[in-house]
Amino acid sequence: MPLLQVSGMTHYFGGLRAVHRYHLTLEPGEIRGLIGPNGAGKTTVFNLITGIHTPTEGKVELEGRSIVGRRPHQIAALGLGRTFQNLLLWRHMTVGEHVRMAHYSQLGYGLIGALFGTPRRIAEERRVAENSMRLMEMFDVARYRDFLVGNLPYGAQRRVEMARAMAIDPKVLLLDEPTAGMTPEELVTMIGTIRQVHRDFGVAILLIEHRLKFVMELCRRIQTLVFGEVIAEGTPQEIQRNPHVIEAYLGKEEIA
Amino acid sequence: MRHDDQPPTDSKTPMVEFAVRAQTPPSAMQRIRSSFSVIPMLGWLTGILCAVFIERFFGDELAYRLYLPKLPVLFGCLIMFKTPVLIPSALAYVILVYVIPVTATARLTAGLTNRLAAILDRGPIAASCLIHLGLLYLALHYWTDLSDYRLLVLKLTMIAVMLTLSLNLINGYMGEFSCSHPGFMALGAYSASTVTLLLFSNDRLFGAAVLPAAWGSYCFPLALIFGGISAAAGALLVAIPSFRTRGDYLAIISLAFMFIVKSLIENLEWLGGPRGMSGQPDWSSLPVVYAWMVACIWVVNNFVRSIYGKALNALRDNEMAAEAMTVNTRKTKITAFMLGAFWAGVAGGLFAHVMRFVNPGTFGIQRLAEVLAMVYFGGLNSVVGSIFGAVSINLISEMLRPLEIYKWIVIPVILILVMIYRPTGLLAFREFDVKAILRPKHSGTGQGA
Repeated sequence: MPLLQVSGMTHYFGGLRAVHRYHLTLEPGEIRGLIGPNGAGKTTVFNLITGIHTPTEGKVELEGRSIVGRRPHQIAALGLGRTFQNLLLWRHMTVGEHVRMAHYSQLGYGLIGALFGTPRRIAEERRVAENSMRLMEMFDVARYRDFLVGNLPYGAQRRVEMARAMAIDPKVLLLDEPTAGMTPEELVTMIGTIRQVHRDFGVAILLIEHRLKFVMELCRRIQTLVFGEVIAEGTPQEIQRNPHVIEAYLGKEEIA
Repeated sequence: MRHDDQPPTDSKTPMVEFAVRAQTPPSAMQRIRSSFSVIPMLGWLTGILCAVFIERFFGDELAYRLYLPKLPVLFGCLIMFKTPVLIPSALAYVILVYVIPVTATARLTAGLTNRLAAILDRGPIAASCLIHLGLLYLALHYWTDLSDYRLLVLKLTMIAVMLTLSLNLINGYMGEFSCSHPGFMALGAYSASTVTLLLFSNDRLFGAAVLPAAWGSYCFPLALIFGGISAAAGALLVAIPSFRTRGDYLAIISLAFMFIVKSLIENLEWLGGPRGMSGQPDWSSLPVVYAWMVACIWVVNNFVRSIYGKALNALRDNEMAAEAMTVNTRKTKITAFMLGAFWAGVAGGLFAHVMRFVNPGTFGIQRLAEVLAMVYFGGLNSVVGSIFGAVSINLISEMLRPLEIYKWIVIPVILILVMIYRPTGLLAFREFDVKAILRPKHSGTGQGA
């Protein structure tokens, strides 16, 4: 059984068709790339899978269970972690608080514990703090744990976001342009980080990326999205040679 | 894992900046500050107790010697504004009775109190808290014992602390803008009053008492909780439509709610209509109000420091990210909103039993402005800020009472200045870490454990 299966997913924003019959079959432990020119609907695909928008048509199944129509926090708690293209961090919170916050769905002490500081809450929060510390060390942000995120270098902010996404204990990790705005050195670090996440946690990864070099490095299979439709799917080599992909990226010869 | 990025450059972080500044030779001001920085909270409380007892035993005598007409009630401010000639005497009184005893006792006993604080620090935090709170209560009890006016001001201040803190939960921690606090307060005040008047009091609205008055003081907490719950129920009515989307909806709906509650009460004859309700039993004594205020601070502080409470900050800073990180934002918002309303309701119930009279006019736009001022003056997203804001705005407003109408120029000017120089308030975004506050303080050489 595939881990994440999307079929026939279509979405309209008003009259505008943003995604048309998108399909995806993600096996456990796979790294899949999703490329495409600007405005192709890559981020919309992520938002549809994670429940921020509900698809107009189509099925999204995680481990055989349909997740269409559930609220984003429920979908996330089922095991879909994600990062955002433009770094959605909480600017008044420290790095440690970010990672601890993502354990929200794993807490069981409820309102009584929150209001009265019961022993159960103390025990649970201690466990969360330990797990957060482990994650922060893994992503090399532990030394910033009491810093507000805004004071961190850009690369570290990216890693905080990934540590946060991993704290929800996901089965699938959706990375939305993890290297946007990065220097070439930071990019190399990021490749290492993603490899490590993949190896240590065994999560399946779906990756949006602009830079072909980066995707070619990490993914066995790549999908190309143009105007909301998958126009090509295959290994990096096949994608590189595919005339439709070349056309989408560089334009047709006659027009260019 | 490799890491190419540098740690944040030092000049940007406030922590390091402070350390750099400390290396320059200390000025007189800094030396005074560092000499007081070794005083633990226990030391300050001892100093305050000492000052209170000095006033109790020598206050009248001293006031007479300084040609003051009577004991200065609120740090001599009322006297200073009424008869400017007496400003030096009033200042002398304040310095002799408050400033010198507090600082001297606190500083001189710092060694002893530090050692005591260290002992308490090793024990359970609850015991340490109770001892500190007990000392504070003693000081307040004897301070207010000298004047009924002081007692009233202090009770109202404590109620204002509860209101401010509960509104800060919504406007600060959650980052929404709610205007319905006077409405929640009214719901609490009227619900609690209805219970106490109906059951324990012979009054014109509900007739003779049903239960013996001796039960009253035991049932009063229940009446207050009932007031709180009815306010929370009102909050649910506001929350359901307004938390569907983000934006200004809550501000508009909650403002409407405040006016609806006010005009509803005005038009219900069985609640006394515009003339209000009077004759509530005098159960909001100082210990009762103090205990409820402490409970409110404790509960709200517990909440905002838990992960469930921190979720408020997350959804304020970015709701989409909070949802993606498994936070149930709608539930979190409604819970916090109802919690804030609950405490506003309890505060309203206490208020009704302090004033022993409520009318709908009390819970209008002016009360809203006061509470908002306290929240934004003290500081958003901060328990200490709320306490500070409520106490200072309330005291300032009482102290400036002799200025009459000009008071309403001075207070807004102060607020405008705060908004210009500290837009989020004076003590915004602080953690209220009780353990750190009560901890023994050590100087460089250090004394105590």
